[in-house]
Amino acid sequence: MKETSVVMAGFGGQGVMSIGKILAKAAIHEGKEVTWLPSYGPEMRGGTANCTVVIADGPIGSPLVKFPDMAIVMNKQSIDKFEPELRPGGLIVVNASLIDRALARRDLVAVHVAANALAEEAGAPRSANIAILGAFMARAGDLVSIAAVEHALAETFAGKPPSLLEQNLAIFRAGLCAGAPA
Amino acid sequence: MSEQIEERAVFERTRVLTAKHTHYCPGCTHGIAHRLVAEVIDELDIQEKTIGVCPVGCAVLAYEYFDLDMQEAAHGRAPAVATGIRRVLPPDRYVFTYQGDGDLASIGMAEIVHAANRGEKITVIFINNGIYGMTGGQMAPTTLPGVKTTTSPYGRAPEECGHPIRVSELLNTLVAPRFIARGALSNPREIARAKKLIRQAFELQHTGFTFVELLSTCPTGWGLPPEKAMRWLEHNMMPFFRTGVLRAPDAMPESATPYAPDLSNDGGAAKNGAAT
Amino acid sequence: MSAQRMLMKGSEAIAEAAIRAGCRCFFGYPITPQNEIPEYMSKRLPKIGGVFVQAESEVSAVNMIYGAGGAGVRVMTSSSSPGVSLMAEGFSYLVGAEVPVVIVNIVRGGPGLGGIGPSQGDYFMMTRGFGHGDQRAVVLAPSTLQEAVDLMGLAFDLADKYRSPTLLVGDGLIGQMMEPVTFPEARLDLPEKPWATTGKPKTRERNVINSLDLAPEDLEARVERLFAKYARIEADEPRCERFMLDDNPPLCLCAYGTMARIAKSAVQRLRAEGVSVGLLRPITLWPFPASAIAQQAESARQFICVELSRGQMVEDARRAVEGRRPVDFWGRAGGVVPSVEEIVAEVRRLIRDR
Repeated sequence: MKETSVVMAGFGGQGVMSIGKILAKAAIHEGKEVTWLPSYGPEMRGGTANCTVVIADGPIGSPLVKFPDMAIVMNKQSIDKFEPELRPGGLIVVNASLIDRALARRDLVAVHVAANALAEEAGAPRSANIAILGAFMARAGDLVSIAAVEHALAETFAGKPPSLLEQNLAIFRAGLCAGAPA
Repeated sequence: MSEQIEERAVFERTRVLTAKHTHYCPGCTHGIAHRLVAEVIDELDIQEKTIGVCPVGCAVLAYEYFDLDMQEAAHGRAPAVATGIRRVLPPDRYVFTYQGDGDLASIGMAEIVHAANRGEKITVIFINNGIYGMTGGQMAPTTLPGVKTTTSPYGRAPEECGHPIRVSELLNTLVAPRFIARGALSNPREIARAKKLIRQAFELQHTGFTFVELLSTCPTGWGLPPEKAMRWLEHNMMPFFRTGVLRAPDAMPESATPYAPDLSNDGGAAKNGAAT
Repeated sequence: MSAQRMLMKGSEAIAEAAIRAGCRCFFGYPITPQNEIPEYMSKRLPKIGGVFVQAESEVSAVNMIYGAGGAGVRVMTSSSSPGVSLMAEGFSYLVGAEVPVVIVNIVRGGPGLGGIGPSQGDYFMMTRGFGHGDQRAVVLAPSTLQEAVDLMGLAFDLADKYRSPTLLVGDGLIGQMMEPVTFPEARLDLPEKPWATTGKPKTRERNVINSLDLAPEDLEARVERLFAKYARIEADEPRCERFMLDDNPPLCLCAYGTMARIAKSAVQRLRAEGVSVGLLRPITLWPFPASAIAQQAESARQFICVELSRGQMVEDARRAVEGRRPVDFWGRAGGVVPSVEEIVAEVRRLIRDR
């Protein structure tokens, strides 16, 4: 059974919980099993927040993962915390807009993408999370399909002005291009 | 040969009370209080719609005496139990609690204050005799200064135990209650007045929280014959626990004025960056 | 709609499942990590003609559900360990007066104020020490959100069937995580409760909700009646999952709730590494599935209980095995959730030590 864990981390308000939910919804759309687990308690009152998404094609054991397979890090504290914990060979997607350091480890696949800049260019500075989700999807292999994520995005923005979905889809696709291997 | 004697009832058991003999001590005013509540329920013809909640204390067996659907609450929790009943039954029902001073004013202080503050549509009958009767005459939160009890053998010392709590006045600081009154069960005139208060409370129950405190005697716990206990109540309790209506729809204190802030006016907080 | 898999947070799934089960009344007090249950209820219940009251304390909350349950409706509260401790008095009254309600405990680490991490440290309190007196109550322990949804419905049904409070025990992970869930159709056929205090019509005797019997013979009769009920529950209601036990492996892990999920992954990994092992997962903590464990003891040579505590359920497992096999224990406390790797390593150590 294939089981993949992804941790998403950043400042509270950067939308890491939301992209975790979008990924989880995409997994449900593909008929997979999924768990989404937030950090909770006093630490969610400001400071950094993170969530862990586990996607599998069968029943999932622990939703809490010590050594994740993949990580999306939106700020400096997050890369400091999660870079050491990733499994060897794991994927790390780094928000280059807010993190200026290189990786300390050499056994990871690293993708640097200026998520905030991408979102600002598209006129939606708050959607940096969607941009980095796009970059992540460019490298996430067969975790979930891009179509499923776009479907989950549509589900997430249902009931809001259609222009909002269009804008975020555009940012997601810009992230996809930015994250694609050169 | 036998002479025909015309039988005419001049006094009957109220039909809202069962035929069961109460366990109360001779001269105890619980019997009077039960009867007044039962008469009011009978007169208002709401027996089929009334649910009572018993306390822990001398009245713990009150469900044996009221011919009503009843629930027995844990010590002090009757207002919470009554809240549960009130909130789930149809609005035409009547719900009352019957509680003593240890139950209501000591262990159950949180429950009574919050039920009153929520404006639960219930009637609370509060028996204040200034002592724990059932457990053997210990000090209550309403015991008068200097009074000897089994746990204040040298007399209640206010500097250590505080002063007696005037629950009616305390509840009268809240916005929500609709009726708060204090009566005394010490003589026929006061008893008749007390019944009127209970009736008013039940009549107003569907408009909000209603509360009747009844100054009562505990001849056994006080160590006094019943008649002397009545006089003791009048001379020592009534000057501190003043009888009368503290709050009624046509006599609301200033503390009952609702406060409804204009939340659209943030006083400039947003400009200063304060959280909303 | 009802057949759709929805992504939902555990606390909210539990709340929605209660509503589907016909619960329209919630009384509770905030405490982490279960605040999403009262929050969800406060949003939903007023819109469907239900009742939500934020109580002044857990002490009041449990007495409010006593009143409401005694008045004949499906009602619940939820809390977490320190708050549940405060409900112990009321719980004993609920048992004694035979009031059907559901109480959810999203367990956090203790003792004292403890922490807010996931824990199973309330096993003793839930299965034997929840209030005074000779008493028992059904305790359900889901290990996935779908199971939490299914067991909430069962909890209300068992509460009504046996006229008894019923407990559902999760932990911070169950409360906080999201998983896809499918909800059952809303229940419309709720049982009649002729014993409820709804106001006494002329056609019947008065109903009294009560647990006071001053005559020892009367109280003993009540206790005997309750224990006859418990005997029926112990005969009919034990539930467990047997995972990879069909080939009667020599090693049997025993775990419930969140810990069982992690233990399952550990079993799969150990199997892949050539260790013959399975897992027995109690779904009802009381009645404990003792006979299932006893049966497994026919073939298993060693049992290992893994818990998010310093060893509580292990006592029930040992009692079930009755000394015929060694029952070892390993666990973490304080809100620490072990990894699969950690369990695998500890199981290997415990095998070696025997």
